[in-house]
Amino acid sequence: MLEIKNLAVDLEEEDKSILKGVDLTIEPGMVHAIMGPNGSGKSTLSYVLSGKDGYEVTGGSATLDGADLLEMEPEERAAAGLFLAFQYPVEIPGVGNMTFLRTAVNAQRKARGEEELSAGDFLKVVREKAKALKIDSDMLKRPVNVGFSGGEKKRNEILQMAMLEPKMCVLDETDSGLDVDAMKLVAEGVNALRSEGRSFLVITHYQRLLDHIKPDVVHIMANGRIVKSGGPELALEVENNGYADILAEVA
Amino acid sequence: MALPQPKVDATTAYLEGRALPKGGFTKAARADALSRLSAMGLPVRRDEYWRFTNPALLTAPLPEASEPLRVDQPIFTGMDKLRLVFTDGVFDAEASDDGAIDGVEITRLAEADAAEIHWAQGLYGTLEAAGQKPVDRPLAAFNTAAATDGILIRVTGKAAKPVHIAYRQSGDDADVVLHHIIKVEAGAELTLLETGTPGARTNIVLEMDIADGATLHHVRPQGRAHGRQVATHLFARLGAESQLKSFTLSMNGRLTRNEAVIEMNGDDASAHVAGACVGDGEDFHHDDTVFVTHDALNGESRQVFKKVLRNGAVGVFQGKILVKAGAQKTDGYQISQSLLLDGDSQFLAKPELEIYADDVACSHGSTSGAISEEALFYLRSRGVDEKTATNLLTLAFLAEALEEIADDALADALRDRLEGWLNRHS
Ligand SMILES: Nc1ncnc2c1ncn2[C@@H]1O[C@H](COP(=O)(O)OP(=O)(O)OP(=O)(O)O)[C@@H](O)[C@H]1O
Ligand SMILES: [Mg+2]
Repeated sequence: MLEIKNLAVDLEEEDKSILKGVDLTIEPGMVHAIMGPNGSGKSTLSYVLSGKDGYEVTGGSATLDGADLLEMEPEERAAAGLFLAFQYPVEIPGVGNMTFLRTAVNAQRKARGEEELSAGDFLKVVREKAKALKIDSDMLKRPVNVGFSGGEKKRNEILQMAMLEPKMCVLDETDSGLDVDAMKLVAEGVNALRSEGRSFLVITHYQRLLDHIKPDVVHIMANGRIVKSGGPELALEVENNGYADILAEVA
Repeated sequence: MALPQPKVDATTAYLEGRALPKGGFTKAARADALSRLSAMGLPVRRDEYWRFTNPALLTAPLPEASEPLRVDQPIFTGMDKLRLVFTDGVFDAEASDDGAIDGVEITRLAEADAAEIHWAQGLYGTLEAAGQKPVDRPLAAFNTAAATDGILIRVTGKAAKPVHIAYRQSGDDADVVLHHIIKVEAGAELTLLETGTPGARTNIVLEMDIADGATLHHVRPQGRAHGRQVATHLFARLGAESQLKSFTLSMNGRLTRNEAVIEMNGDDASAHVAGACVGDGEDFHHDDTVFVTHDALNGESRQVFKKVLRNGAVGVFQGKILVKAGAQKTDGYQISQSLLLDGDSQFLAKPELEIYADDVACSHGSTSGAISEEALFYLRSRGVDEKTATNLLTLAFLAEALEEIADDALADALRDRLEGWLNRHS
């Protein structure tokens, strides 16, 4: 599904190296988690995959089902099936959440040569998926993320993911800012989407989310590299001992 | 003080050879206006009030030729309204609707002016004259003196449908001078629509007398002709508990200067003046100049102006809130914003507050910015292409101004127009 090879990335503005050779392969249907200290490059990796400006790829590659992601515009990556749930979802005053969702869904359908959803069909699907995430109709009417609480923003990300049905989902700290119940809702939303043809990359600081979304593989990122990979037990180790031991071990 | 010679010369040249209507009931008002004009002289670039906008195209003896749009889709179709059509500034009875609206009395200036007496007699040129202080508005004085026609509307009840003044352009050289009067009597209500490009060059004055408890909604899409040269003045006087909402949409236009002069004379009145404009290219210059005077208790006023500028387009906003001594509890708000879609375009703003009462809440703000990169990336990451995302964000930027339109169907029609324009210009 997703294949990242020796990916190296600098900041465009400041000649600073952030990712220093990331290797990561995710097979279809798998859930991988990335943990790692603040500033280690986790969000940067997610941004570079989705095509945000401001980064310069200095080496390596990233492909989605063999297609070169780094050559594509952000919207092409989305149409190819990549989705990023933002660590900090963006507020867009003046654009209604519903309009935003419909525009996005139809844009992707169009890009894939599928027919656009009718307004009625669209509404039906949104209402159903929003309900499962406890997103009320008021939140659907309001401008995108404007005045949403931290937890509401994160649930709104999952709603977008559920509507867009991507095949490669990157979740950047979707658990941060969520209360216990909301975390369960989000995890259920994610689990409902798990399928053979869909993979997840879950960035998190806490083992707790991984209790709900069981990862197949856990990676530790430090200083722009994946320094250790293992099974779910690796997350427990981090939870109990922090990163010191792991970092010392790989140093 | 004697007028500087260039002003005298410009004014003389402008008036030379023009056959000004003598007027019937407007005769004295026209003569007064002409002497006001002679005393002020036409505007020149050096005038403080024209610092950001060169009036030369508006004060040249003849207009620059301006092609009518080849395909001009009529707007607000399918809406029940009484339509009055002017083609190149000349009333077009064929194209206009017959019939009447209960509680609305409509006459044409050119017809009414054959008589010596008319209800509009005390009004014609009166609000314009009052609006000449503290700032000269010579083009409005000229209009009062020279207007060849216009619509005189007196509203005594709740009008069941809007009055629609529809301008059409057929030739490329018409120099149109129209003067409309709208008198909304106590408790009465009217929606006035004004659409289209009247001619190559246009000078329009609206005098709105809004009595106690009356409501006037004014929605004005100004057409899309590229070469047009436009000066409009909206003078409004508001009685107690009355309400005015005026919204102008401007797309294209070589030179547009829309002035609004609002006097809040009765307590608890509310006036909202708003506008959205979109311009593409160096041949676009749009100026909104607004002056709101609070002279009564508990008045509320809003000025909301948004401009989208690209490829060297220029937008100007001059807005003032004047709160006179004694106008306590005034709530005045003013915002002017531009969205610059490139580095070549320019927004010039002069927001002003002048307050002589101590118990008021007034605020103003002016900003100029680009499309948010963050928001653009967020949309694109969801699969929306760059052009669609940019247009969506541009419409979102304009939304606050469009919200000033009370009627959703009218607002939607304008939003559609804007969407069409954005799709063609990106
Ligand atoms: N646009 C930028 N400008 C300056 N520094 C940046 C920028 N983007 C990333 N960085 C730097 O790159 C490093 C990695 O940042 P990144 O956000 O990827 O970390 P992270 O692993 O997601 O951290 P956290 O766990 O705190 O979210 C940090 O040192 C950060 O300050
Ligand atoms: Mg991060």
